[in-house]
Amino acid sequence: MTNSIGEIENTDALFVIGTNTTENHPVIGTFMKKAVRNGAKLVVADPREIELANYADVYLQINPGSNVALLNAMMNVIISEDLYAKEYIESRTVNFEDMKKTILEFSVEEGARICGVDAEDIRKAARIYAEADKAGIYYAMGITQQSDGTNHVKSIANLGMLCGNVGIESGGINPLRGQNNVQGACDLGALPNVYPGYQKVTNADMKAKFEKAWNVEGLSDKVGLTIPKIMDGGISGDVKFLYIMGENPMVSDPDLNHIEKAFDNFDFIVVQDIFLSETAEKADVVLPAACFAEKEGTFTNTERRIQRVRKAVNAPGEAKADWVIINDIMKKMGYENNFNSANDIMEEIAMVTPQYGGITYDRIEKVGLQWPCPTKDHPGTKYLHKGEFAIGKGKFTAVEYKEPAEVVDPEYNLVLTTGRVLYHYHTGTMTRKVEGLNNMVSKSYIEISPLTAKGLKLEDDELVAISSRRGKIEVNIKITKRIKDHVVFMPFHFAEAAANRLTNAALDPITDIPEYKVCAVKIEKL
Amino acid sequence: MKKIEISINGNKIEVPSNYTILEAARENGYRIPTLCHDDRLKPSGACRMCVVEVEGARSLVTSCSTPVRAGMVVKTNSDRVVNSRKTTLELLWADHNYDCLTCNKAGNCDLQDLCYEHDIDPLDGPYIKYSSNHVDKTNEFYIFDEDKCILCGKCVRACSELEGVGAITFSGRGHHTHISHPFEKEMLLSDCVSCGTCVSVCPTGALMEKTNAKFRNWDIDKKVKTTCTYCGVGCQLELVVHDNKVVRIDAPADSINKGITCVKGKFGYKFIDRDDRLKMPLIRKKGKLVESSWDEAYDLIASKMTSTLENYGPDSFAALSSARCTNEENYILQKLFRGVIKTNNVDHCARL
Amino acid sequence: MSLVRSHVLICGGTGCTSSGSISIHEKFEECIKKFGLDKEVKVVKTGCFGLCEAGPIVVVYPEGAFYSHVKVEDIERITEEHLYKGRIVKDLLFKQALEGDVIKSVNEVQFYKKQKRVVLKNCGVINPEVIEEYIAFDGYKALGKVVTEMTQQEVVDEIKKSGLRGRGGGGFPTGLKWQFTLDAIGKEKYVACNADEGDPGAFMDRSVLEGDPHSVIEAMAIAGYAIGASKGFIYIRAEYPIAVERLEIALAQAKELGVIGDNIFSTDFSFDLEIRLGAGAFVCGEETALIESIEGRRGMPRPRPPFPANKGIFQMPTLLNNVETYANITQIILNGAEWFRSIGTEKSPGTKVFALGGKINNTGLVEIPMGMTLREVIYDIGGGIPNGKAFKAVQTGGPSGGCLTYKHLDEQITYDNLVRLGSMMGSGGMIVLDEDNCMVDVARFFLDFTVDESCGKCTPCREGTKRMLELLNKICDGKGEIEDIARLENLAVNIKDSSLCGLGQTAPNPVLSTIKNFRHEYISHIEDKKCEAGVCKALLKVTITDKCIGCTACTKVCPVDCISGSRKEMHVIDQNLCIKCGACIEKCPVNAIILK
Repeated sequence: MTNSIGEIENTDALFVIGTNTTENHPVIGTFMKKAVRNGAKLVVADPREIELANYADVYLQINPGSNVALLNAMMNVIISEDLYAKEYIESRTVNFEDMKKTILEFSVEEGARICGVDAEDIRKAARIYAEADKAGIYYAMGITQQSDGTNHVKSIANLGMLCGNVGIESGGINPLRGQNNVQGACDLGALPNVYPGYQKVTNADMKAKFEKAWNVEGLSDKVGLTIPKIMDGGISGDVKFLYIMGENPMVSDPDLNHIEKAFDNFDFIVVQDIFLSETAEKADVVLPAACFAEKEGTFTNTERRIQRVRKAVNAPGEAKADWVIINDIMKKMGYENNFNSANDIMEEIAMVTPQYGGITYDRIEKVGLQWPCPTKDHPGTKYLHKGEFAIGKGKFTAVEYKEPAEVVDPEYNLVLTTGRVLYHYHTGTMTRKVEGLNNMVSKSYIEISPLTAKGLKLEDDELVAISSRRGKIEVNIKITKRIKDHVVFMPFHFAEAAANRLTNAALDPITDIPEYKVCAVKIEKL
Repeated sequence: MKKIEISINGNKIEVPSNYTILEAARENGYRIPTLCHDDRLKPSGACRMCVVEVEGARSLVTSCSTPVRAGMVVKTNSDRVVNSRKTTLELLWADHNYDCLTCNKAGNCDLQDLCYEHDIDPLDGPYIKYSSNHVDKTNEFYIFDEDKCILCGKCVRACSELEGVGAITFSGRGHHTHISHPFEKEMLLSDCVSCGTCVSVCPTGALMEKTNAKFRNWDIDKKVKTTCTYCGVGCQLELVVHDNKVVRIDAPADSINKGITCVKGKFGYKFIDRDDRLKMPLIRKKGKLVESSWDEAYDLIASKMTSTLENYGPDSFAALSSARCTNEENYILQKLFRGVIKTNNVDHCARL
Repeated sequence: MSLVRSHVLICGGTGCTSSGSISIHEKFEECIKKFGLDKEVKVVKTGCFGLCEAGPIVVVYPEGAFYSHVKVEDIERITEEHLYKGRIVKDLLFKQALEGDVIKSVNEVQFYKKQKRVVLKNCGVINPEVIEEYIAFDGYKALGKVVTEMTQQEVVDEIKKSGLRGRGGGGFPTGLKWQFTLDAIGKEKYVACNADEGDPGAFMDRSVLEGDPHSVIEAMAIAGYAIGASKGFIYIRAEYPIAVERLEIALAQAKELGVIGDNIFSTDFSFDLEIRLGAGAFVCGEETALIESIEGRRGMPRPRPPFPANKGIFQMPTLLNNVETYANITQIILNGAEWFRSIGTEKSPGTKVFALGGKINNTGLVEIPMGMTLREVIYDIGGGIPNGKAFKAVQTGGPSGGCLTYKHLDEQITYDNLVRLGSMMGSGGMIVLDEDNCMVDVARFFLDFTVDESCGKCTPCREGTKRMLELLNKICDGKGEIEDIARLENLAVNIKDSSLCGLGQTAPNPVLSTIKNFRHEYISHIEDKKCEAGVCKALLKVTITDKCIGCTACTKVCPVDCISGSRKEMHVIDQNLCIKCGACIEKCPVNAIILK
């Protein structure tokens, strides 16, 4: 998030797109509702009539994958009606004219057609966003999990800058990060192209910096493989040794049949986890890990706030904290870290990671700090791009609407989109083991509109077969008016009826994010 | 904020002019008991525990809702005030069920504490005992016991003002007033999202978590503040520990989440001490995963790493780090693969 | 406009409507046609005349002939004799309108003579469903004057000068309230009218709305102009269907004519009014609960401050007055503050409408200048106690008022006096009690109402009043202990001192004032186990007096066989077995069995 969670209540307008906030980030959802009670306007765009839609001034039930069409149409309205922030664009951005040209070539009506919504509603939404003093955009995987997700994000940035909403309090561009420490994992180099602090592995200075810091030689300057490519590498035999710390790709990754094949092909798999997950069952060595309540450390939340994780109870049996295990293995491999505590690691992180330079456990004892926090006396950063963009001038990028990688055809005639439910988290490794949560939602289902169900002659709760070009599963249907006709939705928490046997591994060319939010499926009566 | 002078119990103090009497008193060390007050909620003035005497006012005023005025003369402990508080407590107590002995809330119950503090005798008073015997157990995570409810309305307000759900409401009038859900439906059939904020704010045992953990509140070993392990909001939680077990999760109000949780944060902790947690390293032998020692597992991993490195080079390795693990763990894992193995094949499920 | 020679005014208030005034109206129209008088006589459905006891009421002008208890069968006679032949039908007149052979006009009748009609000026005079009739009586003149000739502050000053105090019961200076709301800052401001009249015994607000709805609409527009509001709400209970209907008609006519709406009297001032129906909770007469209800929430009071003048409806500055208060406004504007101050007393200027009820001859609505004594109201206007019974007490102020005794009869009726004596102006209810009323039971009766109507929000009111009621029940059941009086007093004092809103703060009044003025009755209930008035059943004995003729009828109906005695001898009741069902009393042919 460019801005902070605490700023949400005071915003004048919220544009919520591609995030079912009240279920996936429930506490942020409550702050959004509070903002509305405080008088803020709310625009919601989502193929499903999510809870926030009930509170919205304008709700746009868009087709999956049509975000860019919507955003461009809205920008068309804002430019045509002269509602954009000219001074801001003049002083803080570049490349506006380019984008303007692309936008004006794309009519609102065309956008409305692609999105499957009323053009007038798009106009209303655009005006609400543009006319507010401070307006924030909030999005999640509905934007990024697209085969051209990078473009969807750029489009969001265009809109934010167009109205001068980036770099101000209670505004901003705010991706809501899905997992507790996905922000921190990215920050600390769990990506194939960057060292901690987004320092590029291809940059010779960075290579030298880390060689010195770590007291090693010969660091690789070649960008590594992303998960989908790692899986491909498993199948091709290029990748032999897979080490997994606390992940469950056997449920979470797209096109599971493909993943399964890769797993059967790896030479050696090590998995560290707290339970014997679907993935751990495939491993050669499984190492018992401590859970969050059994170890020290930090998580970085979606607003870039580094907060403490503290040990409350002992880990069961001989389970160890993940960092202890890795530290032990490094020692076995002849590398001595001299890490005796998580705090020791944070000290090294602060040394090599500019954004975390000012972080110490002492400073975040009571309240976490938000990065960038480069020095020990820096107060942290509440919102980004104040006065100036991190890169200097904000760059508009003309983005054209592109169809999803897989579109419906006469055979696979329905669009499947996936997501989470309130009561479960990710692959359910934890939540499905909590009785109450599992009782609330104990099995998978497909949401389907009454009209679509009627067309297929299906009754509520009927068991059906749903298949895509990649796989087939059986699951019960749930008829609801909340979903758009000819679109179906499935949660992905359930290994026994895994939505990801159906999803498409079509990747965004830049980020390799799979297109979880759109694939073509068919439903058959059993 | 401009400061003004007021007097509390004969002592002159300076406080910001936008304070309530309660804020002014608390900040200056005068204790005023409350039952329906919560800093995060709009003052309701329902319980009448926080009444104080203000010179010139016709009746007692609630300190939670009354703003300070320059020159205000406040008494927080006059006989009139104490008598009123005691009467209020007696009335609440007379209508309460008396099973403190077996109530899970004992030791953590505001009503119990205040009755103790004010020497309220449960057997005093000639009043008839009413009992609804209504307990709503339909929610998976907590129960509502009407006979323990003092109608402070905190749950109603928290559900509406903090959570924005409005699943809880008052119903009935006069002495028949009770906490209910729209259309008098059961909790499970309401819009309740089981966030547990109502449970967190309840001052008595009326809303209580369903739990098998047997512990008394005075036996709690410690409360450990930490960050939630679920989504990216990063809610601050307090793990309540008894006998090396997390037995409850509280939500401190002074945090980014302002004491609000979701169902997973508040109640999704019972996986921690499940029997099927991994406790020993497992090594695949003859196709089956069997328990081994750490040394054996480490040796196997190290030797396999060494041989793979020799035979296929660093880029035949790949590591999946985790958005669920700590910063320190993500750092050290990429350090292992970048610094020791010398590959950049490190990724995690940020995209998923 | 055609001139007619006679007007027949038929009361269309709730009281007379429920005793058949609609069919009387129809019958009049029919008869008048039959006698060919339809060009000469006009029949008008008016608001309430006030003397509900005498309903249905028909008054024929120009004579002012006051027909009471009129029945449909009487209409043909009245038409033929009075309207056709010009002879007043004496035997159908209200009996106090006839002194020997002298016929008194309605205004000379004792009931009306001492009244001063300001608020009820048009009630029983005009047809409330015809705006032109209101206008003919100076209607909307005050609004015109205000918006074209006066500044906002001048209007507020005039109200302040008049000394008008809130007629909803509290007696807060109305002008001051207007000033606060005028001074308050808000994006919007609202004017609201409290027409929730929750006291079941009071109905002056209903009568005003039924009889003269425009007076309230006009006053609200004036208030809107004065404080800078362009929107108003009338909060009225759904149990007042006639008032709601007349209000809707009046509002529609006012909008049609442009006296409500945009650019009123071609000025910049615009004002819109909306009617909100309440579901009939007593507590919704409390201003903050009423506001909650208008906003669409459960009617429960909010803590004050903030007061509605600063944060009222939707958190905006709101001026809230009740119907009767508004009904004074146009008169004050037209006649001036001085005129208003000339009525009533210095600190309580103007008039007050009371709903007279209970053990009194003339039940109904009376409007009196403040400062009149209780005795004048009860005996001169009310006509005294029926059936020669002795006066015992008068309860004023509605369910949370207090009971005053004969000692207070010569006290003046003003806000401050009533409070000083332990009662209040409150709703304007005035219930007269005679020797047959048990004061403990009376206290219990009123408390029973407030216990039911407590909103349940604050502890003292919800729990405390219930416990007080328990104690009163205990005393009435003959199980009282002497400590119960102190318990009642302690609870009462604390409930008054610590309740959230006026409902709780006043609910103990009937108990406190009866303990104060009739303590001996409590003591005799507790110590002697006796109810002198013969009301508390548990304390009564069924006894057979020497009138008994020994017919044995009672022994046959007694369900518990507790009466013994042989034929033609006086029977005896075994008090230990008697369940006081009263079957024997009913059966006795010579009224020999009594409950005492």
